Amino acid sequence: MTPFFNSAAPSEPSDEGNLVARAQAGDASAFAELVQRYERKIYRLAKNITQNDEDAEDVLQDAFLKAYEHLSGFQGQSKFYTWIVRIAVNEALMKLRKRRGDRFVSLDEPIDTGEEEVKREIAVWEGNPEEQYSQEELHRILNEAVEGLKPDFRTVFTLRDIEELSTEETAEALGISVPAVKSRLLRARLALREKLTRQFKRKGEDVFAYL
Amino acid sequence: MLTCKQFLTELNDYLDPNVDPVTKVHLEAHVCECPNCFVIVDTTRKTLQVYRGVEPQEIPEDVKSRLWKALERKMAAES
Repeated sequence: MTPFFNSAAPSEPSDEGNLVARAQAGDASAFAELVQRYERKIYRLAKNITQNDEDAEDVLQDAFLKAYEHLSGFQGQSKFYTWIVRIAVNEALMKLRKRRGDRFVSLDEPIDTGEEEVKREIAVWEGNPEEQYSQEELHRILNEAVEGLKPDFRTVFTLRDIEELSTEETAEALGISVPAVKSRLLRARLALREKLTRQFKRKGEDVFAYL
Repeated sequence: MLTCKQFLTELNDYLDPNVDPVTKVHLEAHVCECPNCFVIVDTTRKTLQVYRGVEPQEIPEDVKSRLWKALERKMAAES
């Protein structure tokens, strides 16, 4: 990092609209502060969607470079964070399509809402995972669970439940309908619940002990 | 009363704090009667909590340094 970027204010809670306005007026240190504020989240999103280190790094760079390039076009009607997330999602989906070769990944193709019988994992959890696992271990468990989801599901889950976009914002960012977001989110949530329950469930006889 | 399958298709609504009270009461009736769905609701809530609660990991140093170098080049090129 250059001394110039090091001089950027260390994530003080300053007004974001003000920061964006300064960045739009050409203040590079204001843009640097916006990058510092969101770089980890954008990298996480990129990793979650692409599931590939190299692609995630490209998405991270391209998203912020494009944001810088198009900053004058940012109208301020949405939050800067939502705007940068949308840029990053587009980049990540392009990477995903490339990796899949010719197979076009349509995020709006009908999904199987079939009647398959899945044996549900019904068990209470053993205490609070945040207290029982190290941050590193927890990251590994959560990442592995997301990695096992189909791309359509993990993309919707990442935007709705990790990045906390609204259903409408998620639909808009992915170019899919609100009902499609809802149905994928439900499937993703239930699938992750199954996976995490296998990991976190109370062992032994008293799985219903708190009922 | 709803079947478990019907309830599970409405699970997102049940977990949504902004759902209308009539729907909430309708769904609540099933959860109160069904221990399995009670556990599913509880563990789905915890699943969301654990994902939302965990801080994003640090970006690897080399990745970070390449990001900032790329930004620096971009800014220099446009200034």
